[in-house]
Amino acid sequence: MVVDSAPSLDADSGPSTPRKSPRVLDTTLGVLGEVLITAGLILGLYVVWQLFYTDVLSGRSQDAALDQLEWAESVRVPAISGDGTDSGASPGVEVAVIPEDLKVYSPEGAPVMSEPSEATTFAALHVPRWGYDYVKPISEGTDRARVLDKLGIGHYSDTAMPGAVGNFAIAGHRTTYGKPFTDIQALEVGDPLVVQTEDAWYVYTVTGTTIVLPTYIAAISPVPGQPGVQPTAASITLTSCHPRFSAEKRYIVYGELEYWAPTGHGFPSEIVEQK
Amino acid sequence: MIYPWIWRHLPGPRWARAAAAALLVTIVVLSLFEWVFPWVSALLPYQDQTVGN
Repeated sequence: MVVDSAPSLDADSGPSTPRKSPRVLDTTLGVLGEVLITAGLILGLYVVWQLFYTDVLSGRSQDAALDQLEWAESVRVPAISGDGTDSGASPGVEVAVIPEDLKVYSPEGAPVMSEPSEATTFAALHVPRWGYDYVKPISEGTDRARVLDKLGIGHYSDTAMPGAVGNFAIAGHRTTYGKPFTDIQALEVGDPLVVQTEDAWYVYTVTGTTIVLPTYIAAISPVPGQPGVQPTAASITLTSCHPRFSAEKRYIVYGELEYWAPTGHGFPSEIVEQK
Repeated sequence: MIYPWIWRHLPGPRWARAAAAALLVTIVVLSLFEWVFPWVSALLPYQDQTVGN
């Protein structure tokens, strides 16, 4: 370690100094290196956490939120309790379908719940395009930490409630945090979007999709895309980020209420797999 | 250096030190996952999915 000629280079400060200063430099560089390696490991861990662990955590809390809605029905429930598989309705089990005379093809008379307090889960969303087993909770508010990162789909405060004339606007993550809207680009015009509350099923139909800037707040106005216009129809708007893993733009899906029906008389035929 | 310093100050024989070190790493990683990362993530804008300001 110690160079033989060192004392002669620095004779007046004694033999200990030349031995000491390279050691201080060594230690400083060593600690710096350790700090940098640690920082790199932490960044790597952050990526792992963001891409994988948020799905685990958020998936868990979203399942719990859905379980809270004791009335939330899923076509797949008989199959899960039956053989533990996730293959839709069990073969041989007849799923009751809402009879035609109970369907009301207008928002008129639809039970409209009042807006609950923030982070309250109040509805379930079924999207057969994303699988007949797709059921996710909808909670009040669009705060990241309290709702979207934890409970999944969030309802924009002060927009209409399900079935009401106006725009029922909801947001969800496209990637990470359980990613409820991960396949939003797969939705096509005519696809059903089924919202269930305690009192009613609301079956919406996709009327259009678009990609906008994050500042395009008109997407969630009572008449989508036309702020300030008095609504006459019951609309739905889904917003998520676009492209995936980016927040540069927003992917928007618009829909309109096809019909509503009271709960307790079976499932809307749209979410029952046709065999 | 930080890590050799920690290693020197852990008590007991080599296996006990290794166990203690593993425990420390677990505690650090868990607290990052549970508290630090969720907090940092909410400050970063790249995961937003709402329209508005």
